[in-house]
Amino acid sequence: MALLKTNKLISSVGSLTPSLAALPIRASSWWTEVQMGPPDPILGVTEAFKRDSNSKKMNLGVGAYRDDNGKPYVLNCVRKAEALIASKMLDKEYLPIGGLGDFSKACAELALGVDSEVLKSKRSITVQTISGTGSLRIGANFLSRFHLAAKDVYLPKPSWGNHTPIFRDGGMQLKAYRYYDSATCGFDFTGALDDISQIPEHSVIMLHACAHNPTGVDPRPEQWKELSAVIKKRKLLVFFDMAYQGFASGDINRDAWAVRYFIEQGHNVLLSQSFAKNMGLYGERVGGFTVVCADAEEAKRVESQLKILIRPIYSNPPMNGARIASTILTTPELRSTWLEEVKGMADRIIKMREMLVTNLKNEGSTHNWQHVTEQIGMFCFTGLKPDQVERLTKEFSVYMTKDGRISVAGVTSGNVGYLAHAIHQVTK
Amino acid sequence: MSIFGEVPLAAPVAVFKLSADFREDQNPNKVNLGVGAYRTDECQPWVLPVVRKVEKMIVDDHSLNHEYLPILGLPEFRSSASKIALGEDSPAIKDNRVGAVQCLGGTGALKIGAEFLRRWYNGTDNTKTPIYVSAPTWENHNAVFSNAGFEDIRPYKYWDAGKRGLDLTGFLGDLESAPDHSIFVLHACAHNPTGTDPTQDQWKQIADVMKRKNLFAFFDSAYQGFASGNLDKDAWSIRYFVSQGFELFCAQSFSKNFGLYNERVGNLTVVAKDQDNLSRVLSQMEKIVRITWSNPPSQGARLVAITLNTPELFAEWKDNVKTMADRVLLMRAQLKEKLKTLGTPGTWEHITEQIGMFSFTGLNPKQVEYMIKEKHVYLMASGRINMCGLTSKNIDYVAESIHEAVTTVQ
Repeated sequence: MALLKTNKLISSVGSLTPSLAALPIRASSWWTEVQMGPPDPILGVTEAFKRDSNSKKMNLGVGAYRDDNGKPYVLNCVRKAEALIASKMLDKEYLPIGGLGDFSKACAELALGVDSEVLKSKRSITVQTISGTGSLRIGANFLSRFHLAAKDVYLPKPSWGNHTPIFRDGGMQLKAYRYYDSATCGFDFTGALDDISQIPEHSVIMLHACAHNPTGVDPRPEQWKELSAVIKKRKLLVFFDMAYQGFASGDINRDAWAVRYFIEQGHNVLLSQSFAKNMGLYGERVGGFTVVCADAEEAKRVESQLKILIRPIYSNPPMNGARIASTILTTPELRSTWLEEVKGMADRIIKMREMLVTNLKNEGSTHNWQHVTEQIGMFCFTGLKPDQVERLTKEFSVYMTKDGRISVAGVTSGNVGYLAHAIHQVTK
Repeated sequence: MSIFGEVPLAAPVAVFKLSADFREDQNPNKVNLGVGAYRTDECQPWVLPVVRKVEKMIVDDHSLNHEYLPILGLPEFRSSASKIALGEDSPAIKDNRVGAVQCLGGTGALKIGAEFLRRWYNGTDNTKTPIYVSAPTWENHNAVFSNAGFEDIRPYKYWDAGKRGLDLTGFLGDLESAPDHSIFVLHACAHNPTGTDPTQDQWKQIADVMKRKNLFAFFDSAYQGFASGNLDKDAWSIRYFVSQGFELFCAQSFSKNFGLYNERVGNLTVVAKDQDNLSRVLSQMEKIVRITWSNPPSQGARLVAITLNTPELFAEWKDNVKTMADRVLLMRAQLKEKLKTLGTPGTWEHITEQIGMFSFTGLNPKQVEYMIKEKHVYLMASGRINMCGLTSKNIDYVAESIHEAVTTVQ
């Protein structure tokens, strides 16, 4: 028992160092055996960045959009929606367990398309969740409890760092399929097909719908089609993680293409959505979890079980962000403003990618930097090695994660030249 | 063949089903004494005036953005919320041994505390450590702890139906016979669903046994300020335990006392022996938060932090809280009077002796059914009523309904 261990420790310390034994021994704590949790690697990057006094420093670890002045960007449609909501003087009564109905409906329509056969036949259920993380967590718990045919979730290699602990804690086992080809800084299509064709039937396969995190490497449509066929052949359960709809290409329909294609092909998918990036609602925690079912009756049963899973975690979700998102999605002028603004964000990212490559060429770099513009979304797997990353940080105050991932959102027209210079110095 | 073909239809949560049934009822006399949310005398939800004020401040302040909060939440919210529970002058706070995790409501705070305890409380696998919850207790307590992996959830004697009060002997007896290091979920004030709290003297007796047997105190504080109208009075039990040297958790909810139900504003206050233990605990809680919701929602915490940290707003809030508490006290007094005037059999002292939003009327399930079906007065099968559902316009009807139920249904 914890207390007994502690007592032994105290007496042994006392015998080794008599002076310590003379100190007053406080009553022992419940938490003496609690280990210090490891520091979060990404937060660690930001902490180090904050401490750096170099005026040219760049934080390319940040997973949040920045404007061309390096500042957080609150979308105009969000401000307008907030003012509109405030004027309505709404009450603060509890939402239902599954969240704001208007939001769930709009969220599903955004992903599946308003003409989706799934929505028309009411054979899906969408619940409001605590952004993408909360959605994945509910999904993991749901699979663990109800997907008894298999315990394995196959993630692309690499995947978002938090996927593994979420699914593991939810009770699933983690495996991987080849995805990123470090030789080309692109998609290992053959490797993926090869691995997927050997996945045991009924296993869960996680797919990033667009703007793969952390690599920025997405399959092309023809490749998605082949993936769908193999996945169908293996009878795998598809779980899409879509955290960047609209934010990747600038076009919400294009970014949701893979999800919609798979559904058309008969996959009854699970889907996590986040509005953190595409609406800039990070801290408001806006997300959705969808299960596409066989029919409306099954959807009702699944819904009832999702509520049972949600209630003992947080009872019901927060209103503010969902209300903002739903207002934007369902108010025509706000929706079109949003579409423009999300395209604006995507365009800026695309432009920074282009400028980085141009500047690298101008610096005289002879490496192939094509992947920088071929990759999509917030993140770019530069292909830089850990020692090069370390030099970038130490010599140039450019901060990124050890795997060579940069957040293109942290690049501006004002600092892209410096970044190109720094990268060239460590790679020439 | 669907993979979900075998998923059974789950029963709806009782309290929400009750509200749904109430909504569908067309009877003009219907009264909802079910869900625990405050109502005005016009039977309307009440957004606190101070909340409207601060909300407007936030919307108009364009220097604010929607960036992620830290994993553990908004610092100024966490510290001010803990101060509310432990007191401005808390010696534990001065000793730097108090920390907190901003959570999704009181439920979220219980969840993070439970998940931590299962992993780290007494050894690294507490699935078999007994969790004691009061008999009866808030219906979600059981699910929170069992979903966190605890396999042994037991009741401790609490409500004495015969005398309609606290079964102190039973409570103390269960504390004595509990295995050492068991975890006890204690309602800080305004016990849900009974409205029956231990007196200060009784709390002292409870604390004595808990200290002797190394039992862990996990306080659930969802009604601070709302119970008596006085924040300090409602936090007495927590502060007493801290003064007795307990390391403890306190799950705080700001749903009722701020009327911020749907913004999910909660705080898990952690009191440890010293700062070193505290920081290790918080670091592990951070890992748990990261795989549950990553970081908490911004709006509600911001609102509460601004209010608690701005003197005039803080004063206004306390006033708003007292308004709510006073209305509840008035309804309690009037209901008791009316039942006495009607000559309703039984004693009704418990209506005014109990405290907070809820009252355990003592009505049995058949009488409850009568109330719902015949009188369209909706209350929980346990006989629990939400005093906030009573208004000057419906109190006569409710009193008469109770009278009928008690006199015609055994």
